[in-house]
Amino acid sequence: MMALIARDLALSVRAGGGFGLALAFFLIVVTLTPFAVGPESATLSTIAAGILWLGALLACLLSLDRILALDYEDGALELLATAPIPLEGVAAAKALAHWITTGLPLTLAAPAFGVLLNLPAPGYVWLTLSLAIGTPALSVIGTFGAALTVGLKRGGLLLSLIVLPLYVPTLIFGAEVARRGAEGQGLAGLSTPFALLGGITLATIALLPFASAAAIRINLR
Amino acid sequence: MSLWEYANPRKFMALSGAVLPFAAAGTAIALVVGLAWGFFFTPEDYRQGSTVKIIYIHVPSAMVAINCWLMMLVASLVWLIRRHHVSALAAKAAAPIGATMTVIALATGAIWGQPMWGTWWAWDPRLTSFLVLFLFYLGYMALWAAVDNPDTAAELTSVLCIVGSVFAVLSRYALVFWNQGLHQGASLSLDKEENVADVFYWPLLIAIAGFVGLFVTLLLVRTRTEVRARRLQALMARERMG
Repeated sequence: MMALIARDLALSVRAGGGFGLALAFFLIVVTLTPFAVGPESATLSTIAAGILWLGALLACLLSLDRILALDYEDGALELLATAPIPLEGVAAAKALAHWITTGLPLTLAAPAFGVLLNLPAPGYVWLTLSLAIGTPALSVIGTFGAALTVGLKRGGLLLSLIVLPLYVPTLIFGAEVARRGAEGQGLAGLSTPFALLGGITLATIALLPFASAAAIRINLR
Repeated sequence: MSLWEYANPRKFMALSGAVLPFAAAGTAIALVVGLAWGFFFTPEDYRQGSTVKIIYIHVPSAMVAINCWLMMLVASLVWLIRRHHVSALAAKAAAPIGATMTVIALATGAIWGQPMWGTWWAWDPRLTSFLVLFLFYLGYMALWAAVDNPDTAAELTSVLCIVGSVFAVLSRYALVFWNQGLHQGASLSLDKEENVADVFYWPLLIAIAGFVGLFVTLLLVRTRTEVRARRLQALMARERMG
């Protein structure tokens, strides 16, 4: 599994430039937001936390079809299915590699982009923390969506249609943490959504790789 | 003799063909009686006026929209566990009906909400969860349409339906939480079941029975169509072979 993760990381950095793509997309969303809603800093600071979460979510979505499609096309996925590690482990490793290449950079970049959107000062810690806790769930759910659509010729749009409704709970709790944090509520005010966000992430990590592996098996048959 | 006998397409077709006229007739009677009674023979609500009568379409369609997904979940589980093709086809046939019912519930709710709440749409948890349910239906139908091999499509949509059910329930409660986080408690409660007066009660029950009957009838028609389409495919495949 470690070898698989290392291989996926190396592939995403070297081949095709998938690595910086999500980050660039995130920057573009953040840049376009003031054009759409106007440059008043008061407006921006009220919506900053939500826009940053939404931007991170969309940037994550953008790179989902790369998780499995390339391996499916060149037959590597079939080899992985017959490899001694269980397919559930492959699905989990793929999700982890996706998180390291997209979720983690997005989390680290979010505070810098928060400056652009005039995010209130107490929000930075909670935005970063909520993204750090929440983006793994996005990667795991996204891997499930990628597994469902891996056999399709043009699965990209369908993948978005399937995955976005599944992102609803994660987005609600994640953005809630960031927004309450930006409003200046301390840990006491936002511990509930924070705990629920963590719960969603842990539950999806524990359960969804099984569904992803089942979907991959169906698609390989 | 067991229920599973009707998983045989031939038996299913025979039984559903026999049941269909009665289901259709019962549905028509219940819908006409329920809606006519509701629309013309119940008093107007003293605060809502005549707009209260949209309840006879809104509540039944909303109930069918939710229970249709439950039926799809059961059918998906039956397909995954027992491999009955009719079950998978029934789930496929149910999705557009459920999506339509969701749209009807949303639209009638908006028409009612405009004079009553003063807005077509509010981000109330109930309204929003119905919108999310509609998105789930769309994704499910799109996946069915996108996969060429019917067996693969049945498998993948079943997995999606099961995972989607968990997330749909999760979204429902997340939305209740989200709304409380944004607004004060829900002042726009749609829970008419609790406070609906006796004069509205019986026509509403009959209208609900009519909508359930409508769902069953449409489901039987659509499943029979799917079975026939599958047979046609098999025949054409045989033709090409020979």
